Amino acid sequence: MNSLLSAIDWARAQFALTAIYHWLFVPLTLGLGLIMSIMETKYYRTGDTFWRKTAQFWQRLFGINFAMGIATGIILEFEFGTNWSNYSWFVGDIFGAPLAIEGIVAFFMESTFVAVMYFGWEKVSRGFHLASTWLTWLGATISAWWILVANSWMQYPVGCEFNPDTMRNEMTSFLDVALSPFAIDKFCHTVISSWIVGAVFVVAVSGWYLLKRREAEREMSLKSLRIAAIVGLIASVLAAATGHKSAQTVAAVQPMKLAAMEALYDGGTGQGLKVIEGIEVPYALSFMATNDFNGYVPGINDILKGYTRADGTVEPSAKEKMERGRIAIDTLAAYRQAKAEGANEATLNAQLSTLNTNMPYFGYGFIKDESELVPPVAVNFWAFRVMVGFGSLFILFFAYLLFISWKQKKTLSPLPRDGESLTSFENSAQQPPSITGGVGGESFYPNWLLWLAIILVPCAYICSESGWLVAEFGRQPWTIQDMLPVGASVSDIGASAVATTFWLFLVLFTTMLAVEINIMLKQIKKGEPFPARGE
Amino acid sequence: MNPNSFWHKAFHLYYDGFRNMTLGRTLWLIIAIKLFIIFIVLKLLFFPDFIGQHTEKGHEAEFVASEIFKR
Repeated sequence: MNSLLSAIDWARAQFALTAIYHWLFVPLTLGLGLIMSIMETKYYRTGDTFWRKTAQFWQRLFGINFAMGIATGIILEFEFGTNWSNYSWFVGDIFGAPLAIEGIVAFFMESTFVAVMYFGWEKVSRGFHLASTWLTWLGATISAWWILVANSWMQYPVGCEFNPDTMRNEMTSFLDVALSPFAIDKFCHTVISSWIVGAVFVVAVSGWYLLKRREAEREMSLKSLRIAAIVGLIASVLAAATGHKSAQTVAAVQPMKLAAMEALYDGGTGQGLKVIEGIEVPYALSFMATNDFNGYVPGINDILKGYTRADGTVEPSAKEKMERGRIAIDTLAAYRQAKAEGANEATLNAQLSTLNTNMPYFGYGFIKDESELVPPVAVNFWAFRVMVGFGSLFILFFAYLLFISWKQKKTLSPLPRDGESLTSFENSAQQPPSITGGVGGESFYPNWLLWLAIILVPCAYICSESGWLVAEFGRQPWTIQDMLPVGASVSDIGASAVATTFWLFLVLFTTMLAVEINIMLKQIKKGEPFPARGE
Repeated sequence: MNPNSFWHKAFHLYYDGFRNMTLGRTLWLIIAIKLFIIFIVLKLLFFPDFIGQHTEKGHEAEFVASEIFKR
């Protein structure tokens, strides 16, 4: 048993490591993909080759990230088959179907349109090329959809029925699985928050060129920065809105996760939202969870003891759920044995009836102590605050950036037009625009803001990963909510075997990440040789 | 092959594209190494099909049931 416990820890650590590493690439693909598509749309609409070169520059950085991220997610599937074999069998085709669709979509859409995007500039029409760029981004977004559908099913298993003969869950409604409210909320929040990562990245790279006074990339930086600021501000506000919606879904289907996020032990009506321990916004948690300032939010102790919802329905106590779970497990074992021994139909039907009645609590039968039902509160509490804190900071950051950008555009005519180069300012009384967007040394983008943009790149990733920490730590101890805990999901595998691959992955992933960052930085330093206007 | 045919154009899109790559060569090399490590080294050496190793095909349900019931 000790060995198994240890194997669980290593298997979880390995899965977390792989998922976190994989998620370093995905948000930038989704975010930068959107921004580069907007830039190419500008080229399509104006015919200005400046926008073509700008789009090509960002597509190059997109390509580096894309290449580095390819197949990093497939390792998670290997881990399912080796470390989480009980889980893999138990979920049946429900998990397999979305992943298979994702694989097909990713392969055909992305491989086709990525090729046109990179190789087709001189070979296809502008319209077809633009469509390919947007479809590359759309393909990546659709891939994310199916992965998030699979993940959402684990958090909120719907559209399925457990088959005691095959020991697998069978899909009863593809639409219920694919369009579950949990999946929709998760998709919107996750994808939109990925746009923020892309926007911060573009602002940071542009900011770096401005700080380094790179004349060749100056106009590209200023215009890219403006587009990224618009995307970033819209995405930040939408992420807050979709986050609010996600919190309501979590409150409805995973109340323990919400209680852990808030370190709320004893709930009630009119609950405040803790900013940090000791400081709270009155009534905000009730509003966040129920859209009602006086809504009832159960705490950890309430959930363990059982509570009555606003609609009058009663949520059983943990103890009752554990008892019913044990009945489900015992009945399943008895049913399988009776069937193997050729028992009559009436006996089997009676057992199936008992099993179906108690099946919603099947997973609780594996829980030895009700304390196992409480997720790690500190991790959830702080990960949630890191996510929301950075998310709020991004709204302010992009709003301020956009304000400066708007002021620059309104006050000045800082950028040379077509047929006019910077040298044309040399013999005139008019001073050329400063490198950071102002005129005559007046800086519209203060250096501190540009440095802040660079500092915010790792913060955007931390914010994005924190969201996943909340989602995944918050659902512990479940691999499938209420159906299967991690203890029953893991393979009876030696801890040392999993530990070995954990360290192997750590070395491999660190090396690959170092290679990516190195190539990315080299490419950014190299820049894009934009000819001056008129040359 | 007719130079105006779809297949001819599609072939040359990839052929010329791969031939003229610069940064892409490095990226493809990294992708190839990565895929080799993932599918050959990791999958074959470190990530066997656990159920397939411990039971015969067709008896997976019994195996998983016995594994789950003893937890």
